[in-house]
Amino acid sequence: MTELGWWGVPVAVLGGALRVSTPFLFVSLGEAITERSGRINLGLEGILVMGAMSGYAVSYWSGNPWLGVLAAGGAGMLLGLLHGLICNLPRVNDIAVGIGLMLFGTGLAFFLGKPFVQPKAPTLPSIPFGWWSDLPQLQSALQVSPLFLIGLALALALAWAFRNTRWGLVVRMVGDSSDAARAMGYNVDVVRTLSTAAGGFLAGVGGSFLSLYYPGSWSEGLSSGQGLMAVALVIFARWNPLWCFFAALLFGGAGSLGPALQAVGVTSGYYLFNAAPYLLTLGIMIATCSTRRTLAGAPGELSINR
Amino acid sequence: MASAGEAFAISLAALAAALALFGVFMAALGHSPLEVYSLIWRGGFASGFAWQNTLTRAAPLILTALCVAIPAQAGLMVLGSEGALVLGGLAAAVTGHALAGSAPMTVKLAMALGGMLAGGLWVAAAGALRQYRGVNETISSLLLTYIALALFNHMVEGPLRDPASLNKPSTHPIGQASMLGSIPGFDVHWGLAFGVVFCAAMYVLVRHTTWGFALRIVGGNPRAAQLAGLPASRLIVLACFLGGAASGLAGMVEVGAVHGTANASLIAGYGYTGILVAFIARQNPIAIIPVAILLGGIAVSGGMLQRRLDLPDATVLVLQGIAFLTILASETLYGRFRFNFRWVGFLFFMKDREPKPRRVEVNP
Repeated sequence: MTELGWWGVPVAVLGGALRVSTPFLFVSLGEAITERSGRINLGLEGILVMGAMSGYAVSYWSGNPWLGVLAAGGAGMLLGLLHGLICNLPRVNDIAVGIGLMLFGTGLAFFLGKPFVQPKAPTLPSIPFGWWSDLPQLQSALQVSPLFLIGLALALALAWAFRNTRWGLVVRMVGDSSDAARAMGYNVDVVRTLSTAAGGFLAGVGGSFLSLYYPGSWSEGLSSGQGLMAVALVIFARWNPLWCFFAALLFGGAGSLGPALQAVGVTSGYYLFNAAPYLLTLGIMIATCSTRRTLAGAPGELSINR
Repeated sequence: MASAGEAFAISLAALAAALALFGVFMAALGHSPLEVYSLIWRGGFASGFAWQNTLTRAAPLILTALCVAIPAQAGLMVLGSEGALVLGGLAAAVTGHALAGSAPMTVKLAMALGGMLAGGLWVAAAGALRQYRGVNETISSLLLTYIALALFNHMVEGPLRDPASLNKPSTHPIGQASMLGSIPGFDVHWGLAFGVVFCAAMYVLVRHTTWGFALRIVGGNPRAAQLAGLPASRLIVLACFLGGAASGLAGMVEVGAVHGTANASLIAGYGYTGILVAFIARQNPIAIIPVAILLGGIAVSGGMLQRRLDLPDATVLVLQGIAFLTILASETLYGRFRFNFRWVGFLFFMKDREPKPRRVEVNP
């Protein structure tokens, strides 16, 4: 065991950024799809928790964690569909429905997840990228989840698809001007509902990462607002999937600052360091928002911009 | 603007639909819905003891719901009530301990002021960020809530911890003399009265003063408000302050009447249930009172569901979540039916009547 001393902090933050960022990444990619179509789903927090629970449950029953990941996505998709369908009703506020969904999703997950707090479900494997190093800290920091790599590939694919496919163009058009989309003969409600369902699928997968990889068990205090922060993160990333990836890394790093400092003996401000991602989010929003203009790249139909 | 009768009928129908859906959910899991309903009724409303629990639980909900409802008059969706509650409770506990030994009335008053100031400033920050920096207030207030919880935990387990509290880190107790007692004749603490008075005051302020009228114009038509030269930013920040103050007072009540000190028991989700209360009450300060009592009763009955049917404690959360979604979906029903029972609105003091044309007698 090599002593790293204070150098352990940046190594642990790097490892944390690689590890903790995955749920942020998936939820923010999902939210990016939803928001690009012109709706906000604040309920991704609830979907994340529901995904974590159902992923863990299915992994426990089937013995295959990848089935759990799929089930988590499926559960998330159903909740996203629910959000989309309720928001299709005229005069229903999408932000408010999101808050309702947040309560409903977490409540349902806690209710159905009671029997799974105790048992141990098989979790996802990790890929060691630190084989070249002798430092055990670096080796453990570079243990990367396959979901992280899938997320990275997905971010690239989404960035490409938004620009270069008909599907991406339709989603963006519906998000920027529903009148234009209607004139082109597209059904705005259907596109938005499907986008919200797709966003829910990704958020559910992000939740399964929490219960199946890190921390790797199901409990009621599993999520600490990652779903919510991801919504702010999408705004920070300007609705661009690639930037979502880097923003997720940044948030993951901020989130692992507290435990990293605790490991080298700084314990006094533990709770305050844990608040670092929230402070970072708020600080970024204060620095980048303005009352005079809407944000560059913002979908025109988004209710926070009107 | 929906009439009071319409709001009442639609909200009631939405709640009934929520109960029905919840019954289906329970039946799907093999429990008899009727048994569940009757247990909710017995746990929350069927006896004096149940009512006492229900009203005690409703008190903080009334105040945290105001934290959503007052900024909502100006068109803001502020969700910072949980954060304002814990910080208000912390401020109240610190004030109460610092002033221990003074006249009890002074201590209580200072605690209330401290709690309201802490909660008010916290939520006002979200309003100010929106008005001066364009930060979406829903997201910023939720983030502020997480920061408030971290700050609270840090203070309670760090600088402000009473070394005597071993198992459950707490601040120094405020002392028995400074505790809020019960309302004479009821076994319910004064927090309920605070909540009812606060609601009534806010109702008058919002519906019957120039300030409240200006606030509702800012919420209903920002462009018109701008053209009329209304000080929108000041109105909004003040509305957020008032809402936060209500939530901070809820924290003070929890500290002053229930726990006697600030500790993790304050983080009980009252802020989140308060959001639901405000939405079911359609942001009407008076309607908040019965809705808070209803949800308080449902929350109290959770214990009975747990004991009798062996259901998890999250059962109540599921019911609340379903109710939230049906209430929001019911927004779409407004204006589709013709309601003609204004007396319901009169009963609930939700005045929204158009002036009747007066018949003028003309002498021939």
